Amino acid sequence: MVENSGSKIFYQDRSIVTPGDLIAEGEFQVPWSPYFYKIGNKYYSAITGLLSVKEGNIFEVIPLEGQRYYPRIGDTVIGLIEDIEIYGWVVDIKSFYSAYLPASSLLGRAIAPGEDLRRFLNIGDYILAKVEAYDRTINPVLTVKGKGLGRISSGVIVEISPAKVPRVIGKNKSMLEVLTSETGCDIQVAQNGRILVKCANSLSEETAISAINIIQSESHIKGLTERIRAYLREKLGGSKNDASAEAKTNT
Amino acid sequence: MMQVQKPRLILENGLRTDGRRPDEMRPIKIELGVLKNADGSAIFEMGNTKVLAAVYGPKEMHPRHLALPDRASLRVRYHMTPFSTDERKNPAPSRREIELSKVIREALESTVLTELFPRTVIDVFMEVLQADAGTRLVSLMAASMALADAGIPLRDLIAGVAVGKADGIIVLDLNEPEDMWGEADMPVAMLPSLGQVALLQLNGDMTPEEFRKGLELAQKGINIIYNLQKDALRKKYAEYKEE
Repeated sequence: MVENSGSKIFYQDRSIVTPGDLIAEGEFQVPWSPYFYKIGNKYYSAITGLLSVKEGNIFEVIPLEGQRYYPRIGDTVIGLIEDIEIYGWVVDIKSFYSAYLPASSLLGRAIAPGEDLRRFLNIGDYILAKVEAYDRTINPVLTVKGKGLGRISSGVIVEISPAKVPRVIGKNKSMLEVLTSETGCDIQVAQNGRILVKCANSLSEETAISAINIIQSESHIKGLTERIRAYLREKLGGSKNDASAEAKTNT
Repeated sequence: MMQVQKPRLILENGLRTDGRRPDEMRPIKIELGVLKNADGSAIFEMGNTKVLAAVYGPKEMHPRHLALPDRASLRVRYHMTPFSTDERKNPAPSRREIELSKVIREALESTVLTELFPRTVIDVFMEVLQADAGTRLVSLMAASMALADAGIPLRDLIAGVAVGKADGIIVLDLNEPEDMWGEADMPVAMLPSLGQVALLQLNGDMTPEEFRKGLELAQKGINIIYNLQKDALRKKYAEYKEE
């Protein structure tokens, strides 16, 4: 319990809260989140989540469940082109709304009348984009202006639950660091629960994907980062030996 | 139909037909995430009453014109399986099931933070697998657990229990004979942390005194159920605490 000039947080850091749990009472400077709500000066949890209490009397509820992504402006997302309209594309971003990507954002100019947008992005293409605008009155609008954004032309997309994204990244990107350094792959984790994996060979690709799946299913078990490191070493190191053994038998 | 005599509901030793004390509830079992395809699901058992609930959404509403501009709509279906009762129940939705769907929807609307998801729809399906009195409350609780399992923001979990009057005595959590032969049946559902009532119906008659006593008894039962619900949600992540 943290006490500070009349305002109280009723739970320890990293405790599990369920809907309706009274988290805190008093005045707090906490950013708005869909995962808790306020009545008077009482803050209640709205989901099953992990409460993170930070210094300076700040708390945050991190969801443990949730199959859908709650859009936030500035997030990097991987979208799947769902439909083509006259002035842009309808993009699936694993949210409860379809996002919209205006063609001017991709082309950098207005569309000539009668121009076929299919030439630039077709249904089934993946794009790396940023959420440019979203509030409760409009569906999310995406932009591909920025470094590395745009159509994804190579690699594999792995789908995980959006609630597990922080786990795949890890504290200070520790987990992501392990994944990229051990496999040598280029891994990009988007906030909406899609991961782009680009690898040099199929073995490291398969290993990276299975490691991500392990993280997703065992995300709540302690010491995961080290176990993933061991797993990747065993898989990749072991198979290298296999390959050399095979080479020996061949000669 | 054969004419059956009303049985004694409270026996000489003060216990009920199934051996419970008047203020005792039936055993409760909660299971979460039982369906793979649903976004959230739960099985809620209370004695012999057993209900399966599944939640889909929030998702975009089709057709578009039915979507509400300022909040999510809830589509709720309460249904009894043909094998849930002694005699086969016609699977077509009956007048009673349509009404209960509406009553449960209104109770759920009081807890789901629908204003977070304008223009969307949340589908909630409940199937009564086995009926033995109190299906509306068990369905409601199953639905609230399935919503929590889906990670949909809720003001609070819903806990509910029926109180009634059998042979002049106020009893908690009615069973089938008490439901059929008792003098009153009052289902109560609450948002326990907020102290708000989400559903209250009364069938039969009670004096104001009996009503107060019944409501108090129901609240006691609700608090017990609420703790079981929270434990069920936490159990899945027990390992977190050890870190």
